[in-house]
Amino acid sequence: MNYDRILIRYGELSTKGKNRKVFIHKLKRNIKRVLRNFEKINIEADRERMFILLNGEDGLEIIELLKNVFGIQSFSPAIKTDKELENMKNAALDLFKKIHQAGETFKITTKRSDKTYYLDTNEINQIFGAHLLKNIPELKVDVKKPDINLQIEIREKAVYFSCENIPGAGGLPVGSSGKGMLMLSGGIDSPVAGFLSMKRGVEIEAVHFYSPPFTSDRSKQKVIDLTEKLANISGSVKLHIIPFTEIQQLIAKQVPENYSMTTTRRLMLRITDEIRRKNDGLAIITGESLGQVASQTLESMYAINDVTNTPILRPLITMDKSEIIDISRAIDTFEISNLPYEDCCTVFVPASPKTKPKKEKVQYFESYIEFEPLISKAVENTETIAITPKAAEQDEFGDLF
Amino acid sequence: MIYLDNSATTKPYREVLESFNKVSTEYFGNPSSLHGLGGNAEKLLSQAREQIAKLLKVQTKEILFTSGGTESNNIAIKGTALMYRGRGRHIITTEIEHPSVKESMEQLRDLGFQITYIPVDSDGTVSVTDIEKAISEETILVSVMHVNNETGSIQPIKEIGQLIKKYSKILFHVDYVQGIGKVPLHFHDCQIDLCTISGHKFHGLKGTGALFIRQGVKISPLFSGGGQEWRQRSGTENVAGIVAMAKALRLTLQRQENSVAEMRKIKDCIRIGLEKIDGIKIHTPVLHCAPHIINFSIHDFKAEVFVHALEEKGIYVSTTSACSSKIKKPSSTLLAMGVPEEEALSSIRVSLSYENTMEEATQFIESVNEAVTRLRKVMN
Repeated sequence: MNYDRILIRYGELSTKGKNRKVFIHKLKRNIKRVLRNFEKINIEADRERMFILLNGEDGLEIIELLKNVFGIQSFSPAIKTDKELENMKNAALDLFKKIHQAGETFKITTKRSDKTYYLDTNEINQIFGAHLLKNIPELKVDVKKPDINLQIEIREKAVYFSCENIPGAGGLPVGSSGKGMLMLSGGIDSPVAGFLSMKRGVEIEAVHFYSPPFTSDRSKQKVIDLTEKLANISGSVKLHIIPFTEIQQLIAKQVPENYSMTTTRRLMLRITDEIRRKNDGLAIITGESLGQVASQTLESMYAINDVTNTPILRPLITMDKSEIIDISRAIDTFEISNLPYEDCCTVFVPASPKTKPKKEKVQYFESYIEFEPLISKAVENTETIAITPKAAEQDEFGDLF
Repeated sequence: MIYLDNSATTKPYREVLESFNKVSTEYFGNPSSLHGLGGNAEKLLSQAREQIAKLLKVQTKEILFTSGGTESNNIAIKGTALMYRGRGRHIITTEIEHPSVKESMEQLRDLGFQITYIPVDSDGTVSVTDIEKAISEETILVSVMHVNNETGSIQPIKEIGQLIKKYSKILFHVDYVQGIGKVPLHFHDCQIDLCTISGHKFHGLKGTGALFIRQGVKISPLFSGGGQEWRQRSGTENVAGIVAMAKALRLTLQRQENSVAEMRKIKDCIRIGLEKIDGIKIHTPVLHCAPHIINFSIHDFKAEVFVHALEEKGIYVSTTSACSSKIKKPSSTLLAMGVPEEEALSSIRVSLSYENTMEEATQFIESVNEAVTRLRKVMN
C-alpha cells in the first residue's frame, strides 16, 4: 500500500493564540505555491495539523520540497483507513512491509486522540505488534532505538498510519510576520539575510541597484537567479530593479571620494525606503555583518541609517563570514553569488573609503546636491519582476529543450 | 531502409536537430563571453545541465560535458590514475570493455600501472567475487561497463558498487553508453563515482557526451586551458550539441517509458526467428541482457559477406562493434565468453532503437532466411 497523504505538524504557530488562523492560512498558501506543479493534490488544514492528499502525485518529490517550507515542525507520509480493525491491520502490515528491510527492529507508538475508541493504547500496541511479528519472519522489537517507529493515530473519524517522521525547516510561515524589502546586491551575504528573515515569517521583496553599462546584464541575471532561489522557499518573490547609473555618476562628481561610498549607501537606503512605502513594507533587510567592510562599521551604519526611521533588520550582524558562507551553500546561493560580475557595490569603489565617516560631514556634502528629483526618477523607472521558481528561463527558450 | 545498427549510432531525432540548428544560429555566443550573447549561451548550457542531471536523478554539479563516450572514458580512467597514482597503481577492469577503456588501460600499463582484466562467463557476465579477489592494497579504480556493446549482456553494477563501497580508496567507473535509454541505472544507488554517457547513442549528435562525477570525487583534468566545466575539461563548450543532447535524452527516456516493452517483444521475435534458421548460433544470453542488442553467428559465412548481403535488401546491421569492425579481428567480447574464434569471426550484431517496428523485425528474419539460402547455394 502506498502513502496517500502527508501529515504536517505546525511549528511554533501552535502557540500563537488568536493569530493562529492567519498562520495556518499563510502556511497553506505557501505550500500550495511550492507544490503548484502537482495539480492533483489537495490540502486540508485544521487547527491541529494539515494534510496533503496526494491523489496519485509523486510523494517523494513533494517530501523534498516540503523540507524547505518554513512553519513546518515535522511531517510524515501517512495512510488513512477506517476504524475497522481488520482493515487497520492490513494497512499497517502493507505499509510496514514496504519500508522494512531484513534485520531492522521496530516499535509502535499509538496516539489515541479519540478517547472513546474501544481499545486502549496498550491493547492497540499489542494487537499491531503481534500482527507484524506474526507476519514478518525474524522481526524484532526494540523500544529504545527502533529502526522503524510505526505510528498509529486513532482520531474521531479515521485512523492514520505512518512510519517516518521527517523534520521540517522550522520557523514561521513566510508572510505571517509582514513584509520587508531585502537589499540584494548579488554578493554572498544578502541572499542569506533574505533567507533568515523568511525563516521568521517575513515576506520579502528584493531591491537591486542596477548601473548599466558599468554593470552588465549578467550581474542582473545573477540577481534574478538569486531571487529565484529565495522564491523556491515561498513560491514567489518580487524583484525591484532600480536604475542607479545617473545617481552614481552624480555622486562620483560631487561628493569627495572618501565619502562617496557613505553617500551611495544613504541614497540606496532612501530609495529602498521609498519602494518600501509604495509596496506597504514594514522593514528593510540588509546582509550587513559588523565590521566586514568599510560601510559595515558601527560608525558607517550610524551615518547611513540616519536617512530613515524604518526598522532595518540585519540578520547577519553578528555572524562571521565563514558562518554566512555555510548557510549560502546550504541554500544553494553560494555558487551564484561567487560569479565574478561587477555589481553596483564594486563599480565605483573609492581607493580608501572612510571607515569612520561623520554623519554631520556627509549631511553637509549632500546639502549641496539636489538628489530628490533623481530619487523620484529612479523610483519611477523601477522595473519590477515577479520571480517564481524556474519561470524565468523556461519561457525564454521553450521548445529548445 | 531498415536500420538495425543503433548501437553503432542512432539517427538524430528531428526535434533534436531543430534545437541544434536554432541554438547554432540564434545563440551562437561563447558562454564565457561577458556580453548578452554569451550570457544566453551560458543560460542554455546551465539549463541543459540541469535537465540532464534531473533526468539522470543526480545533482547539476555532477554533470561534466565532453565530446562523447571515448572522451568520458578517457577522462574517468586517466584522470583517476593521474590524481591517485600516489595511493596505488592498480586498476581492475573486465575483458569485454569498449576499446576506449581497454586502450586507456593499456596506455596506463605502459606508464607503470598494473591492470587486471576480469574474465567473463559464457553469458558474458563478470563475477563480483572475481573482482573482490582481484582487489589489492594498490587498487584505485574499478571500471566495468553496464550493457556490453557487442552482446547486450548486463553486468552486475549494483553488486559491484556495494562491494567497492567497502573500500574507501577505490573509485568505481561505469561505461553506461549502451545502457542509457534502454536499461535504467541509478548512479547513486549503485555507488557509482564516475559514469560515461554518449549523445549519439540516444538520437543526439555525434561529438556530444557527458561524464558523471559524483560530488566529492576529484580527478585530474586531461585538457588544460580556459578552465571551462569547473576546470575539469577546458575548451569552448559545444552549446548547441549539449542542448540537443538534453532534448534527445528527455525524448528517449519518454520513449523508454512507453515503448521498452514493445522493444523487448521485437527483440524476442528476432531471437525466435533466428533460432529457427539452420546454422545460426545466438550469443546474447537469454537473461540479464539489454532489450535492444542481439548477437549471433551464422555457420560457414564470414560476417562481412552477410552484412553486405543484407545491405542489398536495405537492411543495416553490423559485424561486432562499429569501432572494431573495420579491423578484421574476431570480437574480443565473444572470445572472452569462450566462443571459438571461427564463430566469433562470423558474428553479426543487430541493435534496435524505439523507431524499429515489428514489421521490420519480420522482414529482417525473412531476409536473413533468403540470404542464408542464397549464399549457401553459392558457397556449396
